[in-house]
Amino acid sequence: MSEAPTTTPPTEAALAHQGTATPRPAMSRKSVGASQRTAPDRFTPPEPAALEVRDLSVYYGKKMALSGVSMQIPVKKITALIGPSGCGKSTLLRSLNRMNDLIPGARITGAVDYHGHNLYGSNVDPVEVRRRIGMVFQKPNPFPKSIFENVAFGARVNGYKGDYNELVERSLRQAALWDEVKDDLKKSGLALSGGQQQRLCIARALAVSPEIILMDEPCSALDPIATLKIEELMRQLAKDYTIVIVTHNMQQAARVSDYTGFFLAGEAAYGQLIEYGPTEEIFTTPMDPRTEDYITGRFG
Amino acid sequence: MAVSLPDENFTLQATGRVARRQAISRASKWVLLGASMIGVVVLFALIVDTIVVGWSRISWSFFTSYPSRFADQAGLRSSFIGSVWILSLTIVFVVPIAIATAIWVEEFAPKTRLLEFVKLNLANLAGVPSIIYGVLGLAVFVRLFGWGSSILAGSFTLFLMILPMTVIASQEAIRQVPPSLRQGSLALGATEWQTVWYHVLPGALPGIITGVILALARAAGETAALIMIGAFTFIAFDNTSIWDSFTTMPIQVYNWTVRPQEAFRQNAAAGILVLMVVVLTFNTAAAALRERFRN
Amino acid sequence: MAAAGTRLDADLGAALSKRRFKRAGESVVKLTLVAAASVSLFTTVAIVAVLVWESIPFFQEVPVRDFLLKTDWQPLFEPITFGVWELIAGTMNIVLWSLVMALPIGLAAAIYLSEYADPRVRRILKPLLEALASVPTVVYAYFALTFVTLNVLRPIFGDSISIFNALGASTVMAVMLIPTIASISEDAMASVPRELREGAYGLGATRLEVAFKVVLPAALSGVIASVLLAIARAVGETMIVAVAAGSTPNLTLSPLESIQTMTGYMLQVGLGDAARGSVQYRSLFAVGLSLFVITMIFNIAAQLVIKRFREEYD
Repeated sequence: MSEAPTTTPPTEAALAHQGTATPRPAMSRKSVGASQRTAPDRFTPPEPAALEVRDLSVYYGKKMALSGVSMQIPVKKITALIGPSGCGKSTLLRSLNRMNDLIPGARITGAVDYHGHNLYGSNVDPVEVRRRIGMVFQKPNPFPKSIFENVAFGARVNGYKGDYNELVERSLRQAALWDEVKDDLKKSGLALSGGQQQRLCIARALAVSPEIILMDEPCSALDPIATLKIEELMRQLAKDYTIVIVTHNMQQAARVSDYTGFFLAGEAAYGQLIEYGPTEEIFTTPMDPRTEDYITGRFG
Repeated sequence: MAVSLPDENFTLQATGRVARRQAISRASKWVLLGASMIGVVVLFALIVDTIVVGWSRISWSFFTSYPSRFADQAGLRSSFIGSVWILSLTIVFVVPIAIATAIWVEEFAPKTRLLEFVKLNLANLAGVPSIIYGVLGLAVFVRLFGWGSSILAGSFTLFLMILPMTVIASQEAIRQVPPSLRQGSLALGATEWQTVWYHVLPGALPGIITGVILALARAAGETAALIMIGAFTFIAFDNTSIWDSFTTMPIQVYNWTVRPQEAFRQNAAAGILVLMVVVLTFNTAAAALRERFRN
Repeated sequence: MAAAGTRLDADLGAALSKRRFKRAGESVVKLTLVAAASVSLFTTVAIVAVLVWESIPFFQEVPVRDFLLKTDWQPLFEPITFGVWELIAGTMNIVLWSLVMALPIGLAAAIYLSEYADPRVRRILKPLLEALASVPTVVYAYFALTFVTLNVLRPIFGDSISIFNALGASTVMAVMLIPTIASISEDAMASVPRELREGAYGLGATRLEVAFKVVLPAALSGVIASVLLAIARAVGETMIVAVAAGSTPNLTLSPLESIQTMTGYMLQVGLGDAARGSVQYRSLFAVGLSLFVITMIFNIAAQLVIKRFREEYD
């Protein structure tokens, strides 16, 4: 292990380094049985797959951003995607609910199977996909509307016929925000603190009852206390939802996730899945030397 | 340890409400495109209509004849010459004053309330109706200064009218020049003015020229302000001095438009064709210039 | 200039005096710039002074009360009355109907360009829309009178519409206003952060829903500013209304009738219908003052809204 933090430039990696050794078996995490991995990037989780990524490549214009990723995302677990910036982890995340469709010139080959249907199949409607596979973004992005309307938005466009008060309360409770905002639901979502805004965005995503929630560095804009709250919340949500989280904070991946995929952009500058497995194994006994280099903070 | 099995009832195809919402959303694209095209269609109809009505009047004699009581003998000669005079003088006034104003506002003015007021004032002046500039020109240049309904009075009026928009365009062009250029120059011991003259202005020039051309296009088509200062007159001679009375092409077009006889409408249409060619040339030149210096 | 340092070493005194000379030149330049910049301040002062000064004799003859409260504008025939509301009504008539047409179209164009159009379509459509703003108003005026009224409105409405009518002028005015509304609204929509759109798409919203339920509300103040500027332009536009809307002051919002706007009346005076020094001639400045105040209110309101919008998103 590196003993010279002076040679590892980013403080983040250095910070992460201090806490890498073993993931705390904290909170409600169930420990995952030892796996039989044959190659660093070949791993089949014991749980059924919520999503199966098959040989997925993503291009932006002529440039390849991600090459030939295959992995199974287990149901009702937290899967973390880690790696240095530009490694394609966000690109992969955004192709799991067809958000990449919105980027002009983005092109995808391969498949993502969900309930036995390829998300990129010919008759698949991206709106149906995104309704079932929700997303929480890097920067909290509440709509400039009231807290109530933020949560109700997805249900409204979907023509939800039930009790909106009930729905909003349930979603906010699930997102552990209810007690803080129940008295001013009419206040603008923008009036909340950063951490509250992010939990509002999580509540908003929960209100359309997705099966899977994708989180793109959800804590990168938050302070440590707000980050901790979101992490606790994620562990809670993992009882009912499949969660995929992209993070550049390895401590966070170690703390919250059950499985971890490590991505790296090689010399060809496109991202690849280097290693995938149970979080404990990735952080304690990585198979690929590049994974070890990264988690010990030798680069990144 | 298994891939989830295909579920027969599960589908990711748009069904029910989502299908309807998506259908509406897709249709909305064409509705919105159609609405966006309405203005363009009208512009097209305008051009076609004008060509149909006015094309037969376009001939050499249309350019070389003075206005006349007889529609088929009337031409654009005096109004064309009047327009050239007016625009030439306007450009002479507006270029230095607009650039100097923009430089002061962007580079030299102390950042005080006064500057805020000057900026607000410029934005406001740009929105003052042209006929108000006409009233101003009438009261100040024509009467107070005693210049009469002369070319000088006309070009001063148009100069004040297009000054704000030229200044605003020049300000934007100056703001596009990267600050590093200024700092580099100042660090070498250049004075503020030398920095502006040798570095900022050359960088901003394409943007400034674009703004000037667009402003001139507006001046070339301006009618109301010049009618107010008394340019709605019968001119059957070639202008030779800034003290001459004058008329311009848009005023001539207006004159022909409001006559009841069909034959004059044809003249109006022909005049519009000429006017549109002039204005569109200005605008195309400005657009080409902007495109060329974009990077 | 780059050599200033070495010159200092070589001959400090000479160089310093040269510097002083340069400073003096610099102040002359700055004074010139200030003088140039003051031209636009003087313009505003002159406009206000002329309009107020020349209105005073008018208001000595016609009480301000009558001007503001009476509803008849009859400057040429007995009983002569100057109730400006009839002209304001004419202006409102045109503004109302032109906005009824221009607002949905301009907004649709803004939404299409900002949320739907692919870059190639956009590169063609945007300059075409902007070209609408560069057509001289006298050309629009001709088109309103000849093509729109004679070839379109007359066949539809028959004799119930006058040859000179508010609708023909409003229709063409609407075309002129489309680029104002479209381009300012589109700028506002473009500055709505991408994250907001993604948030909505991520919840399963369709493109239409994102455009109307997220982007449009977020850009609302920009849209309002565009409408305020469009109103100011419509209020101040002269040639279209003078040629196509008639010269009959008329207290109506009906688009089928002949009316007269403030600007239309001013142009009529400018064309020489009234003898200099007469009360009719002086009324030009009183109407001009009213026009100036009204357009200024809308312009300033638009500036304030735009400023607030910028602060929201920068």
